[in-house]
Amino acid sequence: MTATGATTEVTAQAGDDAQPRAARLRPWRNPWRKPWLLESFTWLYLIWSLVPIALAVLFSFNNGKSQAVWQGFSWRWYFTDPVNSVWHNPALHAAVIQTVRLSVYTTIIAVPLGVAFALGINRWRGYTSSTFNFVMILSFVVPELIFGVAMFFVFTVLFSFVHLGTLAETLGLVTWNVSWPAIIVQARLVTIGRQYEEAAADLGATQFQAIRKVLLPLLTPAIFASAVLVFSSVIDDFVIVDLLSSNAGNTPMSVYIYAQQHGGNGGPALNALGTIMLVLSLVIVIIGYIGYRIMTRGERGDRKQALATIAGADYG
Amino acid sequence: MSVAPPKSPPPPTKPTPARTEAPKPRREDQQSKAFWIALALPGIIWLILLFIVPFYAVLGIAEGQLNRLTEAPIAQYNPLHWSSSNVINVYHDLIGATAFAAPIALRTLAYVVVASLLCLVLGYPAAYFVARFAGRRKGIFLVLLIAPFWISYMMRMLAWIDLLQVNGYVNKALSTLHITSASSPINWLGGKPLTVILGLVYGYIPYLILVLYAGLDRIDPSLIEAGRDLGLGRARTFLRVTLPLSRQPILTGLLITVLPMLGDYYTNQLLSGAPNTSMIGNLIEGQLGTPGLQGQGAVLSLLLLLILIVPMIYYVIATNRSSREAT
Repeated sequence: MTATGATTEVTAQAGDDAQPRAARLRPWRNPWRKPWLLESFTWLYLIWSLVPIALAVLFSFNNGKSQAVWQGFSWRWYFTDPVNSVWHNPALHAAVIQTVRLSVYTTIIAVPLGVAFALGINRWRGYTSSTFNFVMILSFVVPELIFGVAMFFVFTVLFSFVHLGTLAETLGLVTWNVSWPAIIVQARLVTIGRQYEEAAADLGATQFQAIRKVLLPLLTPAIFASAVLVFSSVIDDFVIVDLLSSNAGNTPMSVYIYAQQHGGNGGPALNALGTIMLVLSLVIVIIGYIGYRIMTRGERGDRKQALATIAGADYG
Repeated sequence: MSVAPPKSPPPPTKPTPARTEAPKPRREDQQSKAFWIALALPGIIWLILLFIVPFYAVLGIAEGQLNRLTEAPIAQYNPLHWSSSNVINVYHDLIGATAFAAPIALRTLAYVVVASLLCLVLGYPAAYFVARFAGRRKGIFLVLLIAPFWISYMMRMLAWIDLLQVNGYVNKALSTLHITSASSPINWLGGKPLTVILGLVYGYIPYLILVLYAGLDRIDPSLIEAGRDLGLGRARTFLRVTLPLSRQPILTGLLITVLPMLGDYYTNQLLSGAPNTSMIGNLIEGQLGTPGLQGQGAVLSLLLLLILIVPMIYYVIATNRSSREAT
């Protein structure tokens, strides 16, 4: 605030005794002033973090072979180019299909596995259960390359009947992602407590009925959120699928982009592929967010809470 | 395979004996316990077969030998017959006159330290602002802040590949501002450590910010206000109150960026591709694809795991504690 600004403010509010004097004279001492510096830094950060991606999306519509020079808008890298578009190039659309396939397979296997694991571990309290819970959490934090190396060796040397390819990729991804449902459902179980189940048991429900009619409906938002997380993290996964894929038929989008760009075959078609990944993830996340909001209607927690949950911010 | 696969260790499925502190375990309780065990069992078997056994397989290969004819690794699962040839090879790679891997390890360390500190310096103010000052705009800020989290890593790297091309926008901006001359543009993607560090920061900062935001959002604002009320200035309130309270999220956030960064081999391949920026991840990944060197790759990745096991366990304990406090 400039000196003249401060004076006009002082004259304008001369009769206002509530305004603390120190704040009037030295605006930088005012504890409630807006943190302009911090806010502008945050905006700069956001620009740095998002504008490059927006440009990369833009270049997927480039009417030319360059990833750096804008040559006009076109759909050629999506549909119109008869050879190199995602639609017409078999390697490109095979990559799209493989990504979706792996996401679906992994979600279908990992979510029930993780939910059952979480329920069992949470209620069966003992040395064995806490040991395996620890193992599960370790699988959540082990660096992906080290895990990928272990998967690579187990499928090439020990369980070599599982050849590198879609099956190996799915098995690896399920192991890598099973901790999402396991951790999120356990966190939810802690907040639910046992009283609902006990009430159901008092009213004559069997164990199985209590789970199906009481516990599962209460867990639905957590299960749903973890399914969204598993699905979207498989779309974005790179290391595991890179190490476990064997040929063009089982190469998902992330690996295809990496291999082509690294091999010097970059071009807007890769941006188009990346944009498809981005749209796919965003659709999943939006569905996840809206679904989660609908399921948790009438509960404490707000939009930000839902957002953080869908992003996996309150894992563990 | 020339070696018969070993018997995988029998899953410890023995139900733990019923606790004796209760006077008499009722039959229903035991039934229900069996039910919970049955529920957890598929996950446990899965983790044994596809998480514990694979690491034992890596150990077997690391301690195994090489089939001289096919150059394929022969795993040795019996500790009594372990061979140390791979370990000795890796030792000579890391230490001694012919240690080509030592500079790579040091470089990895330098890149990771610089990149993760940059992540913190850039991420903390942004996460702090959104957690504490964003007010009613918190939702939209939060969306923008964690949007990159959902955008594929490869797409985010492509974004910088596009910008940093020789005829790309970064060089154009620099020559427009007369920082560099238009006639000699900088080849950013030709083996520049700066570019690799930028890529690492850009790639991993969303994870750090997410953890920082979640942690900072949990700080009770009345504690900070109390600091102000008791006469501390802005800077000292921050140093004495906010910063100590955010120690935990800073540590876990740094871990969540450092752990994957140490295993990164794709960022520098995409943004530089030159051997002078290669990291430990490149070494492991390269050995994995080279017949004859796979055993050494196994040793190296176990070595990395050994170094990281302490921070990993710290991370598990820390997040467990903070989630227990939150509930």
